[in-house]
Amino acid sequence: MTTRSHRVPCGPSVPYLLLAPAVVFEVLVHLLPMLGGLWMSLHELNQFFVRDWTSAPNAGLDNYRVAVDFDGAVGAELLRSFGVTAAFSVLVVALSFGLGLTAATLLQRPFRGRLLVRGLFLVPYALPVYTAALVWKFMLDRGDGAVNAALGAVGLGGGEFWLLGQNAFLSLVVTAVWRLWPFAFLALMAGLQSIPAELYDAAEVDGAGAAQRFRLITLPLLRPVARVLVLVLFLWTFNDFTVPYVLFDESVPQAANLISVHVYQSSFLTWNFGLGAAMSTVLLLFLLVVVALSLALTSRSRRAT
Amino acid sequence: MRREPRGLRVLRVAGLGGLGLFTALPLCVMALTALKPLEDVRDGFTWWPSRVTGGAFVTMWSTVDLAEYFANSAVVAASSAVLSVLVAVPAAYAVSRYRFPGRDLFRAAVLSTQMLPGILFLLPLYLIYASIGQATGILLQGNLIGLVVTYLTFSLPFSIWMLVGYFDTVPADLDEAAMIDGAGVLGTLVRVVLPAAKPGIAAVLIYAFMTAWGEALFASVLTDAGSRTLAVGLREYSTESSVYWNEVMAASLTVSLPVVVGFLLLQRYLVRGLTAGALR
Repeated sequence: MTTRSHRVPCGPSVPYLLLAPAVVFEVLVHLLPMLGGLWMSLHELNQFFVRDWTSAPNAGLDNYRVAVDFDGAVGAELLRSFGVTAAFSVLVVALSFGLGLTAATLLQRPFRGRLLVRGLFLVPYALPVYTAALVWKFMLDRGDGAVNAALGAVGLGGGEFWLLGQNAFLSLVVTAVWRLWPFAFLALMAGLQSIPAELYDAAEVDGAGAAQRFRLITLPLLRPVARVLVLVLFLWTFNDFTVPYVLFDESVPQAANLISVHVYQSSFLTWNFGLGAAMSTVLLLFLLVVVALSLALTSRSRRAT
Repeated sequence: MRREPRGLRVLRVAGLGGLGLFTALPLCVMALTALKPLEDVRDGFTWWPSRVTGGAFVTMWSTVDLAEYFANSAVVAASSAVLSVLVAVPAAYAVSRYRFPGRDLFRAAVLSTQMLPGILFLLPLYLIYASIGQATGILLQGNLIGLVVTYLTFSLPFSIWMLVGYFDTVPADLDEAAMIDGAGVLGTLVRVVLPAAKPGIAAVLIYAFMTAWGEALFASVLTDAGSRTLAVGLREYSTESSVYWNEVMAASLTVSLPVVVGFLLLQRYLVRGLTAGALR
């Protein structure tokens, strides 16, 4: 990080004026809704009060009590959905990172057609999320869709409905990885490019094999990029809404009930906004802990280097 | 560089081939399905069209109001991308060039809002927009402006984050020289820093555009029949009785093409932006 001390002459108000538009928008679209959500979570906001929500009766902590009462139906469902989301996020991040690292490493050495391959790999990420999910919905949708046809061709076909029951989770993971791994690839490629080639040449002269070069040069120097990348991938996956929304429409199987969709349905299908807001707040607290922890880890390692 | 040993070469070809297949297969299905006549997608899946036809590319415009959704998405995505740059540039410049009280707080706030789930803001924004509509008659719900402002939620933090990193790579000596020559703060920013940070701006523009073009959660709640975007509109190809899959795929191809081409043309800037900013 640069520690350039400021030498450009200016009045003391200049930086604040430059920040003003951004602060206004941050307050408008982030801070106010967050405070609004907090207010809603403390009120009994259901279909009777949607039109005139400011008059919703105070509910104290009732919504929270219902949301985190894991013996009750609502709380149990929230906990299950949280578990599904956690498993989904860990799997998707691990697979995306692994595929991205593999591709970035394999594409490091120049060869004919490299740009073409690189372009192809990036296409899924460039597609709008819902079109990516639509293709997979089509391929997985029916018992005789493309996935079953391909599996049948290699003698593995069971004619399963991939978007139902336990299989739905697998479908969700595959679709999310297909669309997200190119971002890991892109970021890791950027990271690799910032490693000076002389390091590899020197190691090669010293007789290090490809595996050793990867372990001793590539991995350690990629660590700062990897740390931020994993956090970003995790949060995007954890908060994913579009992929399950497109794959399953309104009837999400329990095995694939991600938390964003769950909160959405609890709020907009049952019109229980107060409860939905309480769930959101619980989710917010969890994510803030994750972010704070990872930032603390990052800044400590930064200071160490 | 020395010749690659045979074993590694085989590994490379196999690895890239497998990844290529995984990536390309759905894309091929999309393209081949778009070229099928309707009867081909009604029952069992076939890889190849029974006859190749461009019919889906014609009928898709009348089955749903695709042109209108396309226009709505274009307006929303372009506006939020441009707004994102206009708001993020001065803020990122301030954070990159000045030391002032509150700087670290602002950085931390930007970093953490980037990571919050959209669902958190959806309920309150929905109700706030509805109330504003009732109180003032300004309809933010079912209006593209509400959507543009909302999409700023997603693109602004990332844009600021990335641009700070980018501006940091522009030597401050250049600013000073311009200031000494009598250019004001804005003059320096516009004439010296921005030209040097063009790739960063390009990266922010694509990122913000893509975010808005692909968003479905807010679009599904905050739009109505007159302001529907592609993410919501494409759902209308499924009716009670059947899904016009050939038209869905033709429409998907059509709406994807502009962003994919733009992304591939500009992706090296995004890579550089990522190295310079977000991923340091």
